[in-house]
Amino acid sequence: MRDMPKILLGLLIFVLLALFPVIYNAVTADAGTPPDLVIETQNVPGKSDCVIPGEEMRTKHMDMLMEWRNDVVRLDDRYYHDDHGRTFEKSLTNTCLDCHSNKDTFCDRCHTYMEVDPYCWDCHVIPQELEGGTR
Amino acid sequence: MIIDRRKFVRAAGLGVLATAAAPATKLLAEEQLVTDHSGDMPLKQPKPLTAKRWAMVVDTRKATPENVQKAIHACHHEHNVPEFDNSKDEIKWIWSEHFDHAFHEQDLHYIPEHTKHTPTLLLCNHCDNPPCVRVCPTEATWKREEDGLVMMDWHRCIGCRYCMVACPYGSRSFNFRNPREFIDEINPGYPTRMRGVVEKCTFCEERLARGKMPACVEATQDCGMITFGDLEDPNSDVSKLVRKHFSIRRKPGLGTQPEVYYIVPDDPEEHDEPTAHGEEEHS
Repeated sequence: MRDMPKILLGLLIFVLLALFPVIYNAVTADAGTPPDLVIETQNVPGKSDCVIPGEEMRTKHMDMLMEWRNDVVRLDDRYYHDDHGRTFEKSLTNTCLDCHSNKDTFCDRCHTYMEVDPYCWDCHVIPQELEGGTR
Repeated sequence: MIIDRRKFVRAAGLGVLATAAAPATKLLAEEQLVTDHSGDMPLKQPKPLTAKRWAMVVDTRKATPENVQKAIHACHHEHNVPEFDNSKDEIKWIWSEHFDHAFHEQDLHYIPEHTKHTPTLLLCNHCDNPPCVRVCPTEATWKREEDGLVMMDWHRCIGCRYCMVACPYGSRSFNFRNPREFIDEINPGYPTRMRGVVEKCTFCEERLARGKMPACVEATQDCGMITFGDLEDPNSDVSKLVRKHFSIRRKPGLGTQPEVYYIVPDDPEEHDEPTAHGEEEHS
């Protein structure tokens, strides 16, 4: 038991070292600069609001896209009817990207900030990418 | 398909309803107009083409290398099918083969040279009893019960290639490499695939949903080489064709019930002889 103080000191140093990243972040870090999303694009004027309110869309769009994808591919159910009597084609490229034609300043900015890497674009074509001549 | 009593009663009931509702359907006419998200512009919801059993009849008598190429090009361009420099990586939805190769199981020893080398369009047969569907562990490929199409969900394909082993027709291709860079001109209206995914012809289900005929049919409609329609409907063009002409299917002995029918090539010389019975009508 003579070594108790040494052991405790060692333990304390170890715990501090192990927790250093957590403590450091808790003290110094902020959430970083939130991404500056460009919502107005040249395609937006003349169109009504988003399929669901933006606030909801922020948290639900990934689920919604997944649902749409299954509806279209597996159930042959291609149109989305909302409560206001509006109808949308369930299509990422034809409906979403029709307004949000600026993937780099809309989708990508947030995805980069959140460090998520959706693989939609591995297959689905971004229309404007083609216009730029790149693939 | 066998129609049991339940199906018959259901169909009869629907028929009565349809007759009663005939005036109402006039209002819906060609396209159902609904409001688009722009508020003013109506979103055109095209009327899909539907059938109980989609089938295709390929008339090899009308198959020339040009016609065949037209069909292949139309399909492969429409669906972003890549063209690899290495044949091992080849992706094909619809392709051409000599008649005697396409039907090698027929044991065609003595047939006219002309017939032997007739270019024959091959594609997914959309079998009634598709072996690829049975083996898919993720249900990435399945048979659509409404109209018999053998569908693909590329989101769900894990690239195990069981289906490629199961398919007796070689209709499925695997993306060993990322296909994007090998597509000459990307059609933005259709997705590409990614590395590690199996793909095949879908009978243009995306076009049918928009009321259009498959791309290969549309591309060759001048010569009428390919006919597409509902085999369950006795008045459809495909039904009439298979009743009128002698047609064969690929590897019928396997019991897969392929739904692509081939009207066999005839010999052009015999065609001129007055004794030929090929074109006589018995209907």
